Amino acid sequence: MAQPDYALLKKGGFMRQKQKDYFSLRLAVTGGNLTAAQLSVIAETAKRYGRGAVHMTARQGVEIPFIHLKDIADVKAALAAGGVAPGVCGPRVRTVTACQGSAVCPGGCIETAALARELHERYFGRELPHKFKFGITGCQNNCLKAEENDFGIKGGLLVEWQAERCIHCGLCEKVCRSRALEERGGSIVLEPSACNFCGRCVKACPTDAWKATPGYMVSLGGLFGNQIRAGKPFVPFITDKVRLMRVADKTLDFFTEHGRPGERFRFTAERAGWETLIKKLEEVILCQN
Amino acid sequence: MPELSCNAFLDITEVVCPVTFVKTKVALEELEIGQVLALRLNGGEPLQNVPRSLKDEGQQVLRLADNGDGTYTLYVKKLEEN
Repeated sequence: MAQPDYALLKKGGFMRQKQKDYFSLRLAVTGGNLTAAQLSVIAETAKRYGRGAVHMTARQGVEIPFIHLKDIADVKAALAAGGVAPGVCGPRVRTVTACQGSAVCPGGCIETAALARELHERYFGRELPHKFKFGITGCQNNCLKAEENDFGIKGGLLVEWQAERCIHCGLCEKVCRSRALEERGGSIVLEPSACNFCGRCVKACPTDAWKATPGYMVSLGGLFGNQIRAGKPFVPFITDKVRLMRVADKTLDFFTEHGRPGERFRFTAERAGWETLIKKLEEVILCQN
Repeated sequence: MPELSCNAFLDITEVVCPVTFVKTKVALEELEIGQVLALRLNGGEPLQNVPRSLKDEGQQVLRLADNGDGTYTLYVKKLEEN
């Protein structure tokens, strides 16, 4: 038998194990969501071809270890029949992670599941100089750790006080952790430079007196492996998905253009210059079309 | 501001979420529609969550008074049976 193409297998989610001819198969999971039907297929496959167990990865993935080389084609077919695709490894766009977001969580400021799917469909597996991770967290509580990712997205709310609905209970001022709100002469005054878009005022308000526009805060260049860096919040608050996608497009294009093989995005940005990247991103954010 | 008259008083500063809200709901159950509950609660998480939960249950938050000792008194009018 010919030597297996390990690079190709790795690209297709099959991670070579210590044990000869065995692979841990990484599955495509988007935003940490799997249906019960998918879970059943995964369970069946693990029982039939693996050792009846799965491993949960650090980034919301599922791997089935102990898949033998000879079974790879059968395993792929069995999973595909149940709507489960293999994941990826290596220098490309990896699993898009996400918290449950506003669809489920009382704290959530943005919808995260559909956004994760959109990013997945747009970028998953795209070839790059090194691995590239997207992570989406629904609010400032940051359960999904946005800044650990090359491209982190954090949900927030852009707020506007509506005088006619306000009963002046003072709750918003009390719950604001950034001290961005102050009652002055019968009005609630918002200090924009202090507001971190957490939306606590909106969530606490008993009369819906805060108008809220959901949006995205992007952090760039996070990594949490051999080297540890927190993603930097360079980009202004973005209130529409079209612009968010443009920022992501430009970021990946920049990495493709300037990155060296084996260089994480963070170090490409540092070497090629953050200013160059930020300038490009600001252009697409300010663009009116 | 004029004094608000209330029909019942409840202190939830000694309990934590979700007991804060459970006790509040029990106290509201004993009131008639239109009556007012004065609720003493801690700043921080209870202040963030309890008034909003009451609103979501269809009750009306009338006012919040700062007691100056890290606690607040929330005046809630019962609008709905739950």
